Amino acid sequence: MKPEELEVRAAAEVAKQQAFDVRLFTCSSRGCQSSEALGVIAGLKAELKAKQLDAKVQVNGSGCMGLCSKGPLLRMCSKTQKDILFSEIKPEMAATIVEQAVVPVLAGKKIEKPGGDLEEHTLDLNDPFFTMQEFVVLENNGKIDPEKLDDYIARDGYKALRKALGMSAEDICKEMLASGLRGRGGAGFPTGMKWDLTRKVQSEVKYVICNGDEGDPGAFMDGSVLEGDPHAVIEGMLIAARAMKATHGVFYIRAEYPLAVERVEKALRQARAAGLVGKNVMDSGWAFDFEMRLGAGAFVCGEETALIASIEGKRGTPRPRPPFPAVKGLWDQPSCINNVETLANVPNILLRGAKWFASRGTEKSKGTKLFALTGKSKNNGLVEVPMGMTLRDVIEKIGGGTDSGLKIKAIQTGGPSGGMIPEHQFDTPVSYESLQQLGSMMGSGGMIVIDEHDSVVELAQFYLDFCVDESCGKCAPCRIGGTQMLHLLNKIVEGKGTAKDIRTIRKVAKAMQKASLCALGQTAPNPTLSAIRHFEHEFTERLLPVATTKA
Amino acid sequence: MSTTAEATTAVKAAAPKAPAAPQDEITLIANKWKNKRGSLIMALHDLQSRVGYVPRESAMKLGRQMDVPLARIYEVVTFYNYFKLEAPGKYVISVCLGTACHIKGSAELLSGLEKELKIKEGQSTPDKEYHLQAVRCLGCCGLAPLVSVNGKVYAKLKTNESRYVIERIQIDKPMAVADAEDLAE
Repeated sequence: MKPEELEVRAAAEVAKQQAFDVRLFTCSSRGCQSSEALGVIAGLKAELKAKQLDAKVQVNGSGCMGLCSKGPLLRMCSKTQKDILFSEIKPEMAATIVEQAVVPVLAGKKIEKPGGDLEEHTLDLNDPFFTMQEFVVLENNGKIDPEKLDDYIARDGYKALRKALGMSAEDICKEMLASGLRGRGGAGFPTGMKWDLTRKVQSEVKYVICNGDEGDPGAFMDGSVLEGDPHAVIEGMLIAARAMKATHGVFYIRAEYPLAVERVEKALRQARAAGLVGKNVMDSGWAFDFEMRLGAGAFVCGEETALIASIEGKRGTPRPRPPFPAVKGLWDQPSCINNVETLANVPNILLRGAKWFASRGTEKSKGTKLFALTGKSKNNGLVEVPMGMTLRDVIEKIGGGTDSGLKIKAIQTGGPSGGMIPEHQFDTPVSYESLQQLGSMMGSGGMIVIDEHDSVVELAQFYLDFCVDESCGKCAPCRIGGTQMLHLLNKIVEGKGTAKDIRTIRKVAKAMQKASLCALGQTAPNPTLSAIRHFEHEFTERLLPVATTKA
Repeated sequence: MSTTAEATTAVKAAAPKAPAAPQDEITLIANKWKNKRGSLIMALHDLQSRVGYVPRESAMKLGRQMDVPLARIYEVVTFYNYFKLEAPGKYVISVCLGTACHIKGSAELLSGLEKELKIKEGQSTPDKEYHLQAVRCLGCCGLAPLVSVNGKVYAKLKTNESRYVIERIQIDKPMAVADAEDLAE
């Protein structure tokens, strides 16, 4: 594809879309597919065909529209009025939707809330869940079909790549650094700096790797982005490759995400056919292509060096750094591994500018962050908020509190590497630094809401059990320390623990933090330590009575 | 050489009693992957998706054809949770134990299924009809707790709905679609 053809193709697609009076988008992510979203799509298509309305009404799949607990969601867009968002749609409702929503709109009626059978299936778009979020990474969800390249192109897709092809590698890195984008996988390392370090290493072969191994239990942000807007990630990787003078791209996606793999592969085929990927990227003479690699159920493979080992077909055990992957990575070549959400931010930054991106957020944490808001939260699903928003706003306004009427005790962020944040700390703004100060971390974005009936001790046990199971076993602090800590924590859960056990837990935790080979072992003690820090009484009230314990 | 579709149907019909995939299946897989560096895990995915697990004989044949020592294959299949070394039952019931599902009672769901099927997690029923396993987060956290059976997800379950899950399996009969082409190119 020649660079100028982007506008032509975009215009053609927009014209095609304008020919429809109504466009329907049904969430077709994995979660909604499990609730028969594909049946909804098929039902709508059949109904519209039967009524001979298919020339006027387009039916599309879509990426995650956020309110997963009320899925499948269906967005109705039309030229004559505001969007309407329907929830919990079943395939049997296709006729009702066409009759009570589509047909009236086609006839020129303005409906804010269709009554009748659709009344309790209509979401209030003025609800804080929608109005308080800020969609940057998720801006295409509900507006494009992730399986159509032209939908992406019609919304400025691949224009950022075109811009990058005319920039020097150094300048792209500078722009990324100026934006303040930090790794969204959890570590928060400045992306521009990582790219620049890799750029400076001279090599005939260099790799850009997308880390799609989202192993944190309770996190599905990356999966949703890969399923809902795969081209954004592909474009981000191409730009990253230009920034670092990389020669090959690799997608590493966990095996538990078959739909994400399918969508990315389809997007790559489309991009190749359109000349956006392959031997001659956008007619620039530059050749770049991607390989797909699957994980196989190992949490540790989210760690950079373990991920590299996994791509190399070996056991996913980390290795000491230095040398960092930027110097010696995949197949001993310089490599840069970036998180999915990080990459999805890249096209917007390049197209709209670093200043635009940096206008959101706090001083050190710029932009927005995706969170998987789950657990006892009333509004359960995928949200995107600007850095700097308070946790309270996220949990109580966007999340809507709980639906049980029980009080929220805490949230857990950062998955197995993170910590618990009690309710009285909810006025803290969301940022890398502030969450770390509270003894937790941003992590990849999992945010689990727990209420007064949930036991913090048992949640800590759950996470530690996970880490012990997922430990690769290579280094003693993690392998042995984790097991010992879990043994003591189990004792406490069973009511057989002592105050000495808690002291021993702290000692073992310290050893793990200082001496483990990788972040799995280093951060495995976090949930337990933060639980003890903020909820010590929940531990001490389970201990054996003092008379039977030594002081 | 039989086509992939025929071979897959033949394998499905024979599973789970077949001890190893037919020789030409292994050749197909080996030929697809042997020239790609580091592709052992992808090849094993292909194999497991066709047969349901990694039989020892198949691993040996694959190793010979891809010039990978059997020890290296076993290093990998014993490390990664995904690979099974024994033939599972026909319906593989995966109970998600991710955090959101855990908070919403997946442990109860799992023990309910253990009682219903009279087996422990990680085992298959004697008639090889069901296999019960706990799995890592499937990424549908907004619909917790949930269970996946051969890829079909039953979501927003109540913790006492173990029997309901079994009943739905008998109605829906979800079968895994083994299409190795989907796994990678």
